[in-house]
Amino acid sequence: MPVSFRFDPVDLPPEAKALRLEVREFLREEIAKGTFSPLSTGRESSWSPEFSRKVAERGWIGMTFPTEYGGHGRTHLERYVMIEEMLAHRAPISFHWVADRQSGPVILRYGQEEVRREIIPKIIAGEASFAIGLSEPNSGSDVFAASVKATPAQGGYLLNGTKIWTSNAHRATHMIGLFRTSPPTKENRRFGLTQFVVDMKTPGISTRPIINLAGRHEFNEVLFQDAFIPEVNMIGEKDMSYATASAELAYERAGPDRFLETLSTLTELVRSAGPEPGERVAEGLGREIAHLKALRRMSLSIAGMLQGGKTPNVEAAVVKDLGTNWEQALPGRVRHLLPPAEGDESYAAVMRFNTLIAPKLTIQGGTREVLRGIIARGLGLR
Amino acid sequence: MSDSNIVVETTQRILRDLCTPALVNEAEKGEFPKALWETLEESGLTLAWVPDEYGGAGAEIADGFGALRAAGEHAVPLPLAETMLAGFILARAGIASPMGPMTVAPVHAADALEIGADGTLHGAARLIPFARWTQHIAVPARRGGEDVVALVATADCAIKPGQSLAGEPRDQVVLHGVKALEVGAAEGLDSDALQVLGAAVRSQQMAGGLERALNMALDHATSRVQFGRPIGGFQAIQHALAQCAGESAAAGAAADAAAEAIANAIPSGLPLTSEDVVIEVAAAKIRVGEAASVGSAICHQVHGAMGFTYELSLHHVTRRLWSWRDEFGGEAAWSIRLGGIAARLGDQALWPLVTGVR
Repeated sequence: MPVSFRFDPVDLPPEAKALRLEVREFLREEIAKGTFSPLSTGRESSWSPEFSRKVAERGWIGMTFPTEYGGHGRTHLERYVMIEEMLAHRAPISFHWVADRQSGPVILRYGQEEVRREIIPKIIAGEASFAIGLSEPNSGSDVFAASVKATPAQGGYLLNGTKIWTSNAHRATHMIGLFRTSPPTKENRRFGLTQFVVDMKTPGISTRPIINLAGRHEFNEVLFQDAFIPEVNMIGEKDMSYATASAELAYERAGPDRFLETLSTLTELVRSAGPEPGERVAEGLGREIAHLKALRRMSLSIAGMLQGGKTPNVEAAVVKDLGTNWEQALPGRVRHLLPPAEGDESYAAVMRFNTLIAPKLTIQGGTREVLRGIIARGLGLR
Repeated sequence: MSDSNIVVETTQRILRDLCTPALVNEAEKGEFPKALWETLEESGLTLAWVPDEYGGAGAEIADGFGALRAAGEHAVPLPLAETMLAGFILARAGIASPMGPMTVAPVHAADALEIGADGTLHGAARLIPFARWTQHIAVPARRGGEDVVALVATADCAIKPGQSLAGEPRDQVVLHGVKALEVGAAEGLDSDALQVLGAAVRSQQMAGGLERALNMALDHATSRVQFGRPIGGFQAIQHALAQCAGESAAAGAAADAAAEAIANAIPSGLPLTSEDVVIEVAAAKIRVGEAASVGSAICHQVHGAMGFTYELSLHHVTRRLWSWRDEFGGEAAWSIRLGGIAARLGDQALWPLVTGVR
């Protein structure tokens, strides 16, 4: 039986096209108003609670969430169209991004009813933002080595220890974190970890900034000192997170955010090269577009699988591996084709910023090496 | 394309039974695989894209592409794709397809052909697939100011034999002075339209071929033992094959996009050379070509010395991948064209171009 990954074609429904044009119109207006710039230069923050509330008013957060929790009950394909337009235009959506992409779906799937009722409406309103509390000083790619403790206390648990590389922990309202509730067993080293929803205002939680090489403050160290979380905030079964933690990977790994991060360099290349570039630039440009179109088709196909109720974790790893490698190399290849001309400050700024952020793209959300291991397992090699 | 239909299943079954490595080797020695051809012809596959009224099977365009994916997987060493293409363009010119193997010309964009005032063809076409094994050639040509398709008897042409990297016939066909058996007007179906169709066809075959190479490499990695374990147990091999699987999946997705664009264009009357179709087909041929280069290199590396032998049939697909890259436009030519379109449309139109919603 041949082994290969299927990325079946997806026909976008007619309502998706109408939605796309509606989102584009909204973004054009916001750009015209000066709300944000469609070019990534690192000068503007992508974190904007005000903008997230505008997006929420349009009904574009929690689009796929069930209506009984205030969601919009729309399809993954419609959500796909909306987010790819947001990402391609560099809309400042960081505030609600993680909540909408994975925290909300995880809480809906495995969270307790009381927490669902409390938090899901806030996500949908653009009022809740989430950090992802996975990495620790001694537990990076090896997620299941996590050691921040959750020890039983009256009505809940006390958290103690340190998470690290936690993006936006200093400004997110919530975190979904992975904590040790039992030691691993001999048979199963992944046993003993439990996910909790953590309110970041909880006493005993503090954050310390870690400045990245682009000079920006995104990630943090997060210290837990006897921080209390109620029992009801537990997600899924105690000690059993290894069984459910992979459910969110397909959401996290296969979206258009995994190949559109450095797109501005290509847009600026087109602008700078003008309508009649030489063959050399045209050839390079054509190649990049070909890659981008294939990636987009694969990513859209995964949205179709999610819509069909599947959990395409291996396919998602394939898309993230291809997508992040491509977007990471893009600034370098564009630089070879046509470096910014003297005085073209916009192109130069885009090139500088994207060159600086490139290294993180194949690390965050699962390194290239971890992904290739997952793919190899899917191929039957492990 | 979907493989859960009768056309693709039939193709798979015939090829699994008959298109053996031994047969592919015999074909390379110069022997036309007659029994395989006859089975394919009887099944209707060779004229899958010809409507009933022109003597064909009238299959869906998409199903024909699905069959070509399978043909690429099995390294079919005869003009199945070319006969399908020829039948398609002949029907568009109102010409019924004769039986027997056919091919198309030109394959290379520079070899434009004409029909002169005396009614004979002018020009020659290089590297025509399987020409010496065919009975007829379908030729998009210019006649005065119009696009026509000519049905030519191969026996009327001078053939200079040549070979592709895969050892398949790639012959020069001198059409100069040849009188066509039939000529039909086919507005918009010029040699450029044939490039577009041919590029989409080769993209499908290549996606199938690369998937086969990947599967051979996976089989090898799980059975070949070195250092006391199957080499697929080593992380370096695992990561290489994971990368190859990504390239293969990307090739499949890209090839499907081109097939879809053509399948949608034809019933709607959209010319095959319209910008929307060209963008999809160009992107596919570029991406699939690159995947073929990267992927075949990995599959050979994983196979070690064994993969470099004639005996092992990995080369049946990898040599075809290398040769198909260059036909109906290579990555460079299509990239220049696609990049040129994108540049002309401008930076604000780049994202709309990528999404296909402008």
